[in-house]
Formats: sequence, C-alpha cells, structure tokens
Amino acid sequence: MALSWTYALIGGVMIGLSASVMLIANGRITGISGIINGAVTYKKSDTLWRLIFLLGLFLGGLTLNIVYPASLNNELELSDFQLVIAGLLVGFGTVMGAGCTSGHGVCGISRLSTRSIVATVIFILAGVLSVHFFQGAL
Amino acid sequence: MSKNNLIALIVGYLFALGLGIAGMTQPQKIIGFLDLFSEHVSWDPSLLFVMIGAIAVHALSYQYVKGKTSPLFSSEWYLPTKKEITPSLIIGSLLFGIGWGLGGYCPGPALTALASFDKKPAIFVFSMVVGMLLYRGFDKFFPVKK
Repeated sequence: MALSWTYALIGGVMIGLSASVMLIANGRITGISGIINGAVTYKKSDTLWRLIFLLGLFLGGLTLNIVYPASLNNELELSDFQLVIAGLLVGFGTVMGAGCTSGHGVCGISRLSTRSIVATVIFILAGVLSVHFFQGAL
Repeated sequence: MSKNNLIALIVGYLFALGLGIAGMTQPQKIIGFLDLFSEHVSWDPSLLFVMIGAIAVHALSYQYVKGKTSPLFSSEWYLPTKKEITPSLIIGSLLFGIGWGLGGYCPGPALTALASFDKKPAIFVFSMVVGMLLYRGFDKFFPVKK
C-alpha cells in the first residue's frame, strides 16, 4: 500500500495522544506489558483500572474487527510451536526488562529515559537478528 | 466508575484503534520492518513512522506535565524513576526482541488482535501471560539486578 506510511503516522499520533491522556489525567505510563503483568497480580486498588484498560483495548479491537477487519489480519504462516515460544519470550522478557514497545519505545523515549533508549535499541536489534536467523526455522 | 477508570477505558480503546490504523496489529508488517537483511521483500518502514508520530506527540505532553505538581485526576505521579542500566533491563529486552521477531507481536497489538477471534493471537497471548508468570518464579530463585 503506497499510503501505508501515512496510516502509520496517523496511528502513531493516536497512540501518542492516548498515552498523553493517561499521563496528564492519571499520571501513569501507558506500558502495556506492565499493565498486563500488574493485572495478573492481585493488589487491591491497583488491579481494577488495569483490567478496565485491557477491556478498552479489546473493545478497540472489536471495533477494528467490524469497521476495518483487514487491520487484524495475520498473514504469517507460523507453527503453533513458534507462536508459543514467541509468546513465552515476549512475556518473560518484557517483565524482566520492565517494558515493551509502548512503555520503553514510546513513553520512555519521549521522556528521554536512558534506560528506555537502551532497552529499545536492544529489542529492535534483537528483533532484526531474530527475524534474520529464526524466521521460518522453527 | 471513577474518573481514573473511565480514563483507562478511553485510553485503552483509542490506543487499540491507533495500533490498528498504524498497521501494528498485522505481524507481517512488524516482520517486514525487522527484516532488514531481506533480499526478496522490500523493507516496510511503518513501525518507524508510528514511533515518530507517537513520540513527537508524547514528548510534547511530557514537557507540558513536567512542571505540574500532580496529574488531573490523581494526587501523585506514577512515573519510573530508575536511571541505572541493569543486567535485568538488558537481558529482558534481548529476550523480548527475540520473541518479537519470532511472532511479530508485541503485547499491545497481540491483545488487540484477540478481537479477530483467530487462534494465532490467542495462542500468543496465552503463552505471553505464562511467560510473565514464569519470570516471577525465575526471579525468586535466580534474582538478577533490576
């Protein structure tokens, strides 16, 4: 799609705006891995907002499914085994590294956090090497 | 519903729409970005534009809140304060990147894509939550500096 980069930019601005609402109103980072990890840890007064956020994310997904279903297409022919390994690594790694693409890549870099800049460089480089060496190999 | 919870709902919803419009919920686009060395497919720069758009907006918001004593609907800030580059940060990000390249999903897009009712994001999300829980066990027995 020739205009795919304009969609990417518009989507990016929306992501930046939503994270900004979270920051300005609730004083929090919109880091999805941290929100999920906190949601599966029961802690009174800190669990509900996380579950509600995840519900919002899912409702957003349902809206996409209705108005723009192609946006949820997964055209990769991956084995279930590869998906399981990928999921395990992403879950383990994002909690260990205290963040993912949203928390480190968007929110952290925006705050010029050195930790987030280092984390983002590492996970993008690791992703490049992973695609190069493992994609299609498992 | 409290104001904080309503904000969480709205932010989650808009965030998912942003991810979908940006193309981030299509793993083939992530792999197309990370596949720098490919000779047969053209590089997909989408992720770069997503990050430019998101960071440009969010960096301004951060500058705006910097001098404020508290957020609008909370009495305190919940922002990370750590500065040190630790082994945990490096190893964790490395493992995350490897998994990202394998599956083409990071946490937000995977959760959003659950709404396609396709089994691929479902398998991924289930495994991701298991991975998060496994880390807790690992951290108990082999603590690495966080």
